Amino acid sequence: MTARTQASSYNFAYLDEQTKRMIRRAILKAIAIPGYQVPFASREMPMPYGWGTGGVQVTAAILGPDDVLKVIDQGADDTTNAVSIRKFFERVADVETTTRTVDATIIQTRHRIPETPLREGQVLVYQVPIPEPLRFLEPRETETRKMHALEEYGLMHVKLYEDIARNGHIATTYAYPVKVEGRYVMDPSPTPKFDNPKMHMSEALQLFGAGREKRIYALPPHTEVVSLDFEDHPFEVQRFDKPCALCGGGQVYLDEVVLDDRGGRMFVCSDTDHCESRRAEGLRGELLGEVAQ
Amino acid sequence: MIAAAAKIENLDRSSEALPLLSVRSLTRTYGTRIGCADVSFDIWPGEVLAIVGESGSGKTTLLNCISTRLEPTSGTISYRMRDGEMRDLYQLGEAERRHLLRTDWGFVHQNPADGLRMTVSAGANVGERLMAVGQRHYGRLRATATDWLGRVEIDAGRIDDQPRAFSGGMRQRLQIARNLVTAPRLVFMDEPTGGLDVSVQARLLDLLRGLVNDLGLAVIIVTHDLAVARLLSHRMLVMKDGRVVEHGLTDRLLDDPQAPYTQLLVSSILQV
Ligand SMILES: Nc1ncnc2c1ncn2[C@@H]1O[C@H](COP(=O)(O)OP(=O)(O)O)[C@@H](O)[C@H]1O
Ligand SMILES: [Mg+2]
Repeated sequence: MTARTQASSYNFAYLDEQTKRMIRRAILKAIAIPGYQVPFASREMPMPYGWGTGGVQVTAAILGPDDVLKVIDQGADDTTNAVSIRKFFERVADVETTTRTVDATIIQTRHRIPETPLREGQVLVYQVPIPEPLRFLEPRETETRKMHALEEYGLMHVKLYEDIARNGHIATTYAYPVKVEGRYVMDPSPTPKFDNPKMHMSEALQLFGAGREKRIYALPPHTEVVSLDFEDHPFEVQRFDKPCALCGGGQVYLDEVVLDDRGGRMFVCSDTDHCESRRAEGLRGELLGEVAQ
Repeated sequence: MIAAAAKIENLDRSSEALPLLSVRSLTRTYGTRIGCADVSFDIWPGEVLAIVGESGSGKTTLLNCISTRLEPTSGTISYRMRDGEMRDLYQLGEAERRHLLRTDWGFVHQNPADGLRMTVSAGANVGERLMAVGQRHYGRLRATATDWLGRVEIDAGRIDDQPRAFSGGMRQRLQIARNLVTAPRLVFMDEPTGGLDVSVQARLLDLLRGLVNDLGLAVIIVTHDLAVARLLSHRMLVMKDGRVVEHGLTDRLLDDPQAPYTQLLVSSILQV
């Protein structure tokens, strides 16, 4: 580590050791109280807020020289945000990076959970814009803290009630609120609700970092994560009519891709690594001359 | 005096009946200024107590202290919990106190916007307390909300409208429904008809009287309007400069006020 530290003008992984210790303390506390938002002294990072400064600080604090890092944005490794964060850590930590979910020890993500089930020893770091699930109806921070402390979560159901009253069903599809270990209500960050069940009893450690809002929260492995709902309007994930046009994969989250300016479009895996891995195994979807799975 | 007879029916003041709430030597000061001073009284289940007095006499201060919204400077307030035990309200833990506020109590503000969520539908406003205590069936919540809208004379077709689109009177009725849905035993009201037109006031008072009778609610209502007190309350506390100057059964007190201040109040208002 010392050699690497000297090689760049930064400390390993950019943050100084004292800051990392502070962030690790917050992470440990967050792990000890699953779903609870722990305040931390968020630092300025060499990227604007909204670019995942919370996630980057968490990753920097837990990253070791032997880690293998994967960064995704909306499921893809090759978007600007993902590429720049990956480059950042290649430069300031000189760690190995990968696009393969199975090879990664740390995966930093914006808005998706990989399709490949995560395993013990892996860490998923979420970039979180707004950590407070109660914010939309109760803007006062003093009040939302009290509501968490006293488990006053009626408001969450008011929101879902409004959804059903307006749309006939729960129309919330992103940042769908969950209850953690029967205690804290938590915002899973703007992941599609499709990914909510993956958080439940995951073997991986899940860490959530909100830079601008200065909060860290966590789901330790094997944590119960339940999506809020009503008895007569139970939680359901999105379903897609067709499998992925490229790899033929089903039961995955698909993105709509516009093919031409005449309304042509296709649905493909949002998780690019998952899609590529399947194609590497010879599986093909409709667009590539279908080879059934 | 038919109204008075109906009012008294609610009351159970037999010897074994115990007070629902006891206030002893309650004082609240703001620096050197007195908010209310040395107030003591009891209220029984099903009883309506009016706190009357002119503006600045300490009514709101007293109501807020009793309802744990404002910490008293000294004195005690105890409440009979649903399990029958008498508890000092300021010794309750915060979770317990807030639970009480949301279930066994109601608070009707003069300005409905202070007691409603203006940006969620009427149905959700009524259902919120039920959701807060764990009701998780949308259909039943909706049925209950529909029923309560009916009871406060709001058209069921307005269930998905936000109170922003309601008139002042409707908002106030919605606020009442939102409070009563958990079948509280004690409801605090601060000038509930204060901001309304006279004709709207009359209708609301009528509705309130019906609900209070039907549900056997205990109510502590603050008003500067003796007509409101006469219509709704069994008993009255008359306040002046933060102190209780007279306390007694409403009909007796209005017919035969003892304190000079009450005599003045009664003669100035009840002429009309
Ligand atoms: N927050 C406050 N700070 C200082 N003085 C107050 C405050 N609230 C009320 N008071 C004073 O306490 C007295 C009683 O006020 P209040 O309880 O509002 O009376 P009422 O509701 O009968 O009009 C008045 O003299 C008022 O000026
Ligand atoms: Mg007042």
